[in-house]
Amino acid sequence: MDEVINDLIALGKGLSITFRNMLQKPVTITYPENKRKFPARTRGRHVLHRYEDGRERCVGCLLCQGTCPAGAIYIEPAENTKENQVSAGERHARVFDVDLLRCIYCGHCELACPTNAITLENNTAIAGYTRESLLIHKEELLEPKGTATLGSTQAWDPKPPSPSAAEFDGSETSSAAVGQGNRPSRQPGAGH
Amino acid sequence: MTLEALGFFVGVVIKAVLFSVALLTGFAYMTYGERRIVARMQWRVGPNKVGPWGLLQPAADGIKLLFKEQLQPKEAKTFLFVLAPMISLVVALSAYAVIPIDKDPVNLFGYSIEPWVSNPSIAVLYLLGISSLGVYGIILGGWASNNKYALLGAIRSSAQVISYELALGTALVSPLLMVGSLSFRDVVNQQLDHSYLTGDGGWLILAQPVAFFLYWTAAVAEVNRAPFDLPEAEQELGAGYHTEYSGMKFAMFFMAEYVNMFTVSSVATTVFLGGPGGLPVDESQGLLFRLLAHGPHWFLLKVYFFMFVFIWLRATFPRFRYDQLMRIGWQFLLPLGLINLGVTAVGVAMQWKSYQFTLAVASMLVTLIALSMLNRKPEQPDHH
Ligand code: SF4
Ligand code: SF4
Repeated sequence: MDEVINDLIALGKGLSITFRNMLQKPVTITYPENKRKFPARTRGRHVLHRYEDGRERCVGCLLCQGTCPAGAIYIEPAENTKENQVSAGERHARVFDVDLLRCIYCGHCELACPTNAITLENNTAIAGYTRESLLIHKEELLEPKGTATLGSTQAWDPKPPSPSAAEFDGSETSSAAVGQGNRPSRQPGAGH
Repeated sequence: MTLEALGFFVGVVIKAVLFSVALLTGFAYMTYGERRIVARMQWRVGPNKVGPWGLLQPAADGIKLLFKEQLQPKEAKTFLFVLAPMISLVVALSAYAVIPIDKDPVNLFGYSIEPWVSNPSIAVLYLLGISSLGVYGIILGGWASNNKYALLGAIRSSAQVISYELALGTALVSPLLMVGSLSFRDVVNQQLDHSYLTGDGGWLILAQPVAFFLYWTAAVAEVNRAPFDLPEAEQELGAGYHTEYSGMKFAMFFMAEYVNMFTVSSVATTVFLGGPGGLPVDESQGLLFRLLAHGPHWFLLKVYFFMFVFIWLRATFPRFRYDQLMRIGWQFLLPLGLINLGVTAVGVAMQWKSYQFTLAVASMLVTLIALSMLNRKPEQPDHH
């Protein structure tokens, strides 16, 4: 019988817990109206960035395409000409497509980029009615003219990119460009 | 047929329709209320998009269920397959016919309107008999689906309902013995017309707390609600006896479950909580006092309290195992009910007053606890 009494007390405790929970404020954030603030390093949809003067940061180096484990990036580089100086370097990306259905949001492209041109931002509302609508092109990726943000680069790398990156011409780069961080070279004599 | 008889007939039909509509509306909003309350107990919000605060959610669900495809397994027995949900729903609705929602008939436009559909002198027997027919709906549904999970669910359900019906009956007999009548109206009047201390009245839960506890436990099991929802244990059986049902046929099973919940809540209210009785004030002092004394609103309040308890239990307790279920029913509820019945019978024979019953029940419990403490076995070392 005392076991039964103990059981009854346990039942009462359980009931009181659920009742007290009922009086608590729900933790739900009602989504479309209210949105949760994501951490700065959230890896959502990609954004291509610009410099202050409106030129594109992307120099069409194909490093991101090469590093992408999912093969989600497709780039067609083109030469910059005197009349048509699209990016800061010698070349620019004429076509820049990201297949959001293939992308695994690993962020390797962001790490590989020598000019901090591509970043993964907080936009996680990635959905569409057709496959085509999720193959996004340069127009959708590029931030609008007149804006020059760094995006999550600042969150990943507290030091802002050096001003010399503005003049990146492909002649020198660092291990940071391929996602290894700014480490001293291990092999003596090896160039950087 | 005389005009009076015709009038009586029409009155009963109208009341029956009103009760059914009220019950089904109640069902619709119980699903909504249940989802909202369970959600709050789990720190969620629940359905809040359809209409203001999600109040039109039941309508949306109803429309969805109406237009859903009516699936039926190829090997199912069509006739029984269609009949089963109807049995469940009809039985559930007709059980409600004998519940009085107020104390006395009301005079309206020169007619005396009785606040119950019918008031047979064997109301309790009728209710127990009718509600135990509900198991046919479940068994036939499970069998006609030609699905092993449905059949297993149906068998579990019948075993459970039959076991707990016994405990339920025993628990109900004790208070009815005190009243000395099987009519719900007498039960209500007894509780409202006599005082607890000087007479044999007062809410019967005061005189029969053990019977109330047993009744409520058995009732939860009777209507297959959590934590006794083994017949529809999703993790083990798909969805139990209604695995193969969809659309409106499924909705009928669903309605039957909720209407049954209303019925057992109403019986608990009527038998143990004084039915439509409210505060002990003199009702001859005006309308306000009349409303404070008794009325359908009190009845509804208590019924909804019990409905809330159903939801509360569901949100709190995990499902019992099958052996636990049987042990609780046969080794705990039934013997306790019988002991309680014996004590009550002695009391009735000796013409005790209400509070003496309470004392008797209390001393019975104390004696049981003391005895079990004396008899305690030495602790067994745990070998795991
Ligand atoms: S986040 Fe990863 S998978 Fe997606 S495009 Fe960049 S490198 Fe490819
Ligand atoms: S790595 Fe950066 S600069 Fe190179 S192609 Fe990709 S986005 Fe453009």
